[in-house]
Amino acid sequence: MEEVKNACACDAKIENDSDRGMNARIKMLRKISHTTEPHIDLERAQIETEVYKKYEGSVSLPVLRSMVLKEYFSRKTLYFGDGELILGEKGRDPQCSPTFPELCCHTLEDMRNMDARSLVYFRVREEDYKIQEEEIIPYWKDRAVREKIIAHMTPEWKQAYAAGMFTEFMEQRGPGHTAGGGQIFTTGYNEYKAQIKEAMDKLDYLKDPEAYDKLEELKAMDIACDAVIILGERYHKLCVEKAAAETDPVRKAELEQMAKNLEVIPANKPQTYWQAIQQYWFTHLAVTTELNPWDALTPGRLDQHLYPYYKVDVENGILDDYKALELLECLWVKFYNQPAPVKVGITLKESSTYTDFANINTGGVDAEGHDAVNPVSYLILDCMDEMKQVQPNSNVQISRKNPDKFLLRACEVARKGWGQPAFYNSDEIVQELLNAGKSLADARMGGSSGCVETGAWGNEAYILTGYFNIPKVLQLTLYNGVDQLTGEQLGLALGNAEDYKTYDELFAAFKKQLEYFVDIKIRGNNMIEQIYAKEMPAPCLSVVTNDCISKGKDYNAGGSRYNTRYIQGVGIGTVTDSLTAIKYNVYDNKKITMAELIKAMDGNFENDPQIYHLVHDKTPKFGNDDDYADDIMKTVFELYRDTIDGRPTMCGGQYHVDMLPTTCHVYFGDVLGATPNGRLAHKPLSEGISPEKGADTNGPTAVIKSMAKMDHCSTGGTLLNQKFTPKALAGETGLKNLGALIRSYFAMDGHHIQFNVIDRQTLLDAQAHPEEYKDLIVRVAGYSDYFRNLDKALQDEIIYRTEQSFD
Amino acid sequence: MKTAVVTNIQRYSTHDGDGVRTTIFFKGCPLSCRWCHNPESQDFRKELFFYDNKCKNCGGCIPRCPSGANVLEEGKLCFDRSKCTGCGNCTDWCIYEARELAGKDYTAEQLVKEAKKDRIFYEQSGGGVTLSGGEVMSQDIEILEPLCRGLHREGLSVFIDTCGFAPYEKYEKILPYVDTFLYDIKAMDSAVHKEWTGVDNALILENLKKLSAAGANIYIRIPTIGGVNANEGFMQQVIAFLTENNIHPAQVNLLPYHNYGRNKYASLAKEYDDASMQVPSDEQMEQFKNMFINSGFTKTNIGG
Repeated sequence: MEEVKNACACDAKIENDSDRGMNARIKMLRKISHTTEPHIDLERAQIETEVYKKYEGSVSLPVLRSMVLKEYFSRKTLYFGDGELILGEKGRDPQCSPTFPELCCHTLEDMRNMDARSLVYFRVREEDYKIQEEEIIPYWKDRAVREKIIAHMTPEWKQAYAAGMFTEFMEQRGPGHTAGGGQIFTTGYNEYKAQIKEAMDKLDYLKDPEAYDKLEELKAMDIACDAVIILGERYHKLCVEKAAAETDPVRKAELEQMAKNLEVIPANKPQTYWQAIQQYWFTHLAVTTELNPWDALTPGRLDQHLYPYYKVDVENGILDDYKALELLECLWVKFYNQPAPVKVGITLKESSTYTDFANINTGGVDAEGHDAVNPVSYLILDCMDEMKQVQPNSNVQISRKNPDKFLLRACEVARKGWGQPAFYNSDEIVQELLNAGKSLADARMGGSSGCVETGAWGNEAYILTGYFNIPKVLQLTLYNGVDQLTGEQLGLALGNAEDYKTYDELFAAFKKQLEYFVDIKIRGNNMIEQIYAKEMPAPCLSVVTNDCISKGKDYNAGGSRYNTRYIQGVGIGTVTDSLTAIKYNVYDNKKITMAELIKAMDGNFENDPQIYHLVHDKTPKFGNDDDYADDIMKTVFELYRDTIDGRPTMCGGQYHVDMLPTTCHVYFGDVLGATPNGRLAHKPLSEGISPEKGADTNGPTAVIKSMAKMDHCSTGGTLLNQKFTPKALAGETGLKNLGALIRSYFAMDGHHIQFNVIDRQTLLDAQAHPEEYKDLIVRVAGYSDYFRNLDKALQDEIIYRTEQSFD
Repeated sequence: MKTAVVTNIQRYSTHDGDGVRTTIFFKGCPLSCRWCHNPESQDFRKELFFYDNKCKNCGGCIPRCPSGANVLEEGKLCFDRSKCTGCGNCTDWCIYEARELAGKDYTAEQLVKEAKKDRIFYEQSGGGVTLSGGEVMSQDIEILEPLCRGLHREGLSVFIDTCGFAPYEKYEKILPYVDTFLYDIKAMDSAVHKEWTGVDNALILENLKKLSAAGANIYIRIPTIGGVNANEGFMQQVIAFLTENNIHPAQVNLLPYHNYGRNKYASLAKEYDDASMQVPSDEQMEQFKNMFINSGFTKTNIGG
């Protein structure tokens, strides 16, 4: 343990983030990962096209799909980097994104764009254009799922989609929220094959009309297992060859051990900590290359899954904390090596990031509800702290049963200010999952993946279907269904703002408008769900998700034990403050008329500074523990939830809601004019369930109280951002207060909270644009205050001091 | 229903006592300390801050004032403070934020309701409510007593941040409901005290002795100001006073002077005496702290 502590103590001295890593090996691997430019790789697309051309029509669809995976893993270029301890890449090398033409067949224009754009770009080689043009486009351009989806949508759907009422997750990526359970770490692929055989033997060809479909699905699953075993065998051969050629005795021994590991896995269940990590990684590669599911493959409760191996290996003297941490850091590099596959169009706008959202939940409780924090939990926090990577999305689950020591260590990492770990509330997540019908044990072994979305890991297909622009629904309600940016009749013509004589009339119209768009969205979802169920099975993902084998049913067709679809509400802060501004100023206090407000909005408030000031600065706002605004938030949230929650999906599941935006609040804001709360046209909406930027002026406890008035347990996840300066959280007191804040929020059943701790550059920006940083708290002298409340000289002094607080 | 004027209810206040607290700042103080960084809390009435430098002379406030306190004279907005009733209506319409109302009326019951809002944070952090000001002990006992009783009945920790200048009977009445007194000592010499704060310190020291004798939990707080009391002689006097009178504060907090409040003075049409007060050096503060620790006051800290 001493050695590990030393390795981490050095962290404080590392000033250059490009030099992170506990030792020379990790530094080198991490550097390659962080300095290589993301690029695309058409090898998978080429092999897939060949397989389709050769076998389509002669084998069933599920079998065809798994033959693609098997062929790819049999022939793909293998990457074996110097010094690597964990093996395998999705493409030919690190930072490589295979493409998935069966889902989205990129045009040459798309390829030029992905190469040329300045953010989230992917390098394209000259020969790639040729391959795409000659081999890929001719075969896939009319068959890709994306084309089929668009062809099946109604005119209302297309119009609403184009106007930014909602987004569609499956138009370029497969259904996901693929999150692994314990079976991934404890099952060999030969065991899966035996389970598949057993399921085949049980098929009832006399009475079950689906027996044939099930047989084909099970055959496909069996082939998918072979694919993973083949990948393992190929790496085993490489290890043996490399070991033979290696002259450095230390590395030679490592390579020999890796070869030995691959004699066990992936065909058989892991016997050691090292093998368990490699086993997971092979599964990760298989699931994320057979299709392109949202959110990659989350390793689930990594600390719990690895701990039994860790414990035995340490007892047997073959593992110490130094080695255990090093293997984790190797895994962290592997995650970072995989940028989320290329996105284009609106999908890029809603998720404009390289992060593929594999999400680690450390801590929480075990299947029996006991405190699950173990030594590996602390190693994962050390790893996260050391590596400082946006991938994997590394977070903690905090249960009331977890020790303060664990919470405070997580706070220590979080207050360094780069947003990880985020904090999830175990005890609340269990309630969410129970509310959605999961068994107690499955609920306890669940977690939050992606951003904050809740699922029963290893047992559930919980699929995000798209973001929903709630403020835009209100806007249409005020403008008789007309989009004020385009003049298009988009929603129902229920009247103009001045026609609503009371707040209740306005809200009733808002409700009708909301129901109208939710119906459009769900009708589209239902078509898309069936397209995937029938035409795009995912046999390998089905192998590792419980009950797909025993049911003989694919993950995408409802084979998992549980099936959920989410629609993610965006802009609750903006819509709440907008309704509040109307109710408070127009109906209740009659400070202005509706006509005056609408006129001000039409002019983007440019000609009406007093009305802007009134609605923007002198009106109750969500996020201040003020019931006037918070009660309105509750009515909007409950309306949104009740309009969606519990509706049936096509494959036997239910709809639930999430409240999160990824980057969609920026896109949704861009397609929206000025709103009644003084938010200007095209500016971002509020993000997550956080208050509108700058609207919360009563401190973090008031924010948290406001957030807790939403019934989080009835959702599938909510997202809250909080912002602090390092000084405000400094020292032992700062750490304890942060811990207390988290414990308090979680005692009130808050789902998730994450922290920004602000640096000097941001403070300078805050000084230049104080209106955008109203909620920024700084430590002054013997007290804390809002940054905006300080005079320039004092701000300057604090800006100078803040740098020092990073000592 | 009796009301008190409050300038601010500061939540997530982490430096006025233990844990996460809500600090209620009452308006009005019998002292007028020349270093006071909350000059808006000295007067007992509601007051309008008028930031002359932010005012753009647009005249938007003129029609909003029911008592005609604002007029434009040759393009310059003139605010007649004597006409202002403190209704605050103009603040809604001033787009340059040049106007801010200091002070809002609350009943004891309303204050308990506000203070209760963060109960869960107090319980997680060992925090509670701090009543401060201005001078909380100058408030009407008919507000003060039910407020402290109400907070205590809710199970909330109550800290009283006081200068000590109030009849002892008032302290006595709230004593059963108060967990800790944050008690200021600013000068030991009566003349010096009067010069810098406007009042004599005899009552203050007398009250401290009585409170201590009555078994109150006390944190002594010493605003430490260069040019006023930041010297060894004064610190020695405090130590001697505490020792001789058998006063055992649970903590001693040495609060180094800062001049961050000086800009508020102009907006209230008040003078700030910047020249005669200095920020004590870190070394000095450290030295004073050690004096206390060496005299047996082991829980002495710099800052709140």
